Amino acid sequence: MVNVEALATCLSSSACIVNQLSSGLIIGMLLFLVASGVTLIFGVLHVINFAHGTFYMIGAYTAYTIYTVTGSYFLAAAGGALGAAIIGVLFERFIISRVYGENILMQLLVCYAFILIVDDLVKIIWGAQYLAMGVPDVFRMPPLRIAGGFVPPFYVFLVAVAVVILFGSVLLIAKTRFGKIVRAAAHNQTMVSVLGIRVPLYFALLFGFGCALAGVAGALAAPVRSLTPGMGVGILIESFIVTVIGGMGSITGAFLAALLLGLVRSIGSIGFPLFVDGAMFAIMAIILIVRPQGLLGQGEVR
Amino acid sequence: MRTLASFWRDIAIAIVALAVLVYVGIAAETPWTRDFLTSLFAYGLLAMSLNLLIGTTGLVSFGHAAFFALGGYAFGLLLQSSGFLATFGPGAVPVAFVLAVAITAVWALVVGLICARLSEIYFAFLTLAFQMFLYSVVLSWVGLTGGDQGLMGGIPRPVFLGIDLSDPIHRFVFCAAVFVVSILVLRVVTASPFGYTLRLIRDNPRRAAFLGINVLRAKVISFVLAGSVASVGGIILALFTSGAYPEWMYWSQSGQAIFMIMLGGINQFFGPLLGAVLLRFLNDMVLAYTEYTELATGVAILLVVLGLRRGILDFVVDLVRNRRERTQQSEASASLKRGPDVSPDNKAATLETVTPRA
Repeated sequence: MVNVEALATCLSSSACIVNQLSSGLIIGMLLFLVASGVTLIFGVLHVINFAHGTFYMIGAYTAYTIYTVTGSYFLAAAGGALGAAIIGVLFERFIISRVYGENILMQLLVCYAFILIVDDLVKIIWGAQYLAMGVPDVFRMPPLRIAGGFVPPFYVFLVAVAVVILFGSVLLIAKTRFGKIVRAAAHNQTMVSVLGIRVPLYFALLFGFGCALAGVAGALAAPVRSLTPGMGVGILIESFIVTVIGGMGSITGAFLAALLLGLVRSIGSIGFPLFVDGAMFAIMAIILIVRPQGLLGQGEVR
Repeated sequence: MRTLASFWRDIAIAIVALAVLVYVGIAAETPWTRDFLTSLFAYGLLAMSLNLLIGTTGLVSFGHAAFFALGGYAFGLLLQSSGFLATFGPGAVPVAFVLAVAITAVWALVVGLICARLSEIYFAFLTLAFQMFLYSVVLSWVGLTGGDQGLMGGIPRPVFLGIDLSDPIHRFVFCAAVFVVSILVLRVVTASPFGYTLRLIRDNPRRAAFLGINVLRAKVISFVLAGSVASVGGIILALFTSGAYPEWMYWSQSGQAIFMIMLGGINQFFGPLLGAVLLRFLNDMVLAYTEYTELATGVAILLVVLGLRRGILDFVVDLVRNRRERTQQSEASASLKRGPDVSPDNKAATLETVTPRA
């Protein structure tokens, strides 16, 4: 099952290492963007958004359409984030907010329903076939050569965007007035609303922000991955694994876990192609047994 | 013996139900009725066993279809192996049946031991993760499982005890009997003292622990039991389709099972079964008009979850209960109008009607 020979050949050539590291890095960054949304929403609203992958899909398809119409990738990426955010706020207002505090069964079911509905809507609007956006014109330039390996410029852009978003969201939650209000409301909703702050508005905004992160991830993934209805579910499960490994509610933890999983995926695709998913689940199971709160989580899980 | 004695009524009902099912199946003019009922047996067991976890024990599992599919795959794989057929000869089907359930039970034990200690959200996550793990194994181990094509080539079914499972009538009666017995097992478990222990754990695990109950062990037992019954459902489906397919263990299958029990009602024993029936009908009906079944199912889920906020059977039971209370109330207020009746029996009722209700 494990192809030791191929793995050894790859690890002995610096070009192969660079290629695998860079592709692992972008997988990790995409995972991180989706997972950070899940973990932000959970940290504040105490709701698991089982439908988070759907916003990744919405971001990707919106970006695809905007790119084909306008030809501007940056506009497309912004549009993907905005589209996901708008639908996210609507989803929060009309559906999720009705099951706050309900048992997890209800939350699970409304998310399941939302996934089904959006997947079918995507099939109606864009069709069920695979769509490919291709690398945007802006990034059509010769790849960078690093130690014999080739790194497409788009990868660099993708990683840069993800890192900026990591710092941006940490700052947003830790330093800004918005972040402070949201954290306070997560702690004691009544007290904050008594101070004259419209808590539901802030909750909706935070939910929209989390969805925008997934939307950006989808827009960034559109040039390098193919688009298909149901693409959200795959990334959803991987991003769950990221949140579990990193620790629920910790953005830095999600970052580390996403990097880890990205590398496991890219190196595993050479060494044990059939067991890549299995390896991810194995890592998660071990983490949950040894350190149930995740790498950087502090919450009680038992 | 004592425990069993209190279940005579249930056993009698089961026998009658089986007789009715067999009659309907044999008397049916088109194979559609038999096919519909057989698929219902399979999905009904999936939903009913899941409700042992969700409704009775309070464990919201999002990966229950894994056990369903594992049962079907194990059963099919055993019977497809020529060595197995040669070893057990005419006893191959029953041995494969028992072994498939046992294999699933062992896997459920492993998953249960890891997951049952975790809190609700992590439990839902992790059961889902284990299911998707199994799914990826099935997809990638093409040599054994046929990958995304599923187990092809049919499942051999040697005749045993005069039962020929390749005959539609025999197969139907066999599946009906297995289904009824499994439901009876679930019934005995939920109504037994152990079932009450599970409900106590659902409502107040800390208190259960204080009373000296080994909560983890009870949860794991419930998990293994539910997984085993689900595997029986998978075996029925494997017999019915003469194969096993990876969609059975895809995550949406678990989501569907959760919706079945939610739709029917989680507080009534037969709620999940009703949910399974309704969902099968809904699917067939929607399929007749449009190919976008998911869209319709999604809308139906939202309507039930956000509108009724509970299952249909739960809703009906609540409705009847409320109406009965209201009639009692109006009788009480009527007696209040008739004049002072100070008998102690009526005092409570009178007080209740006088106090303004919110």
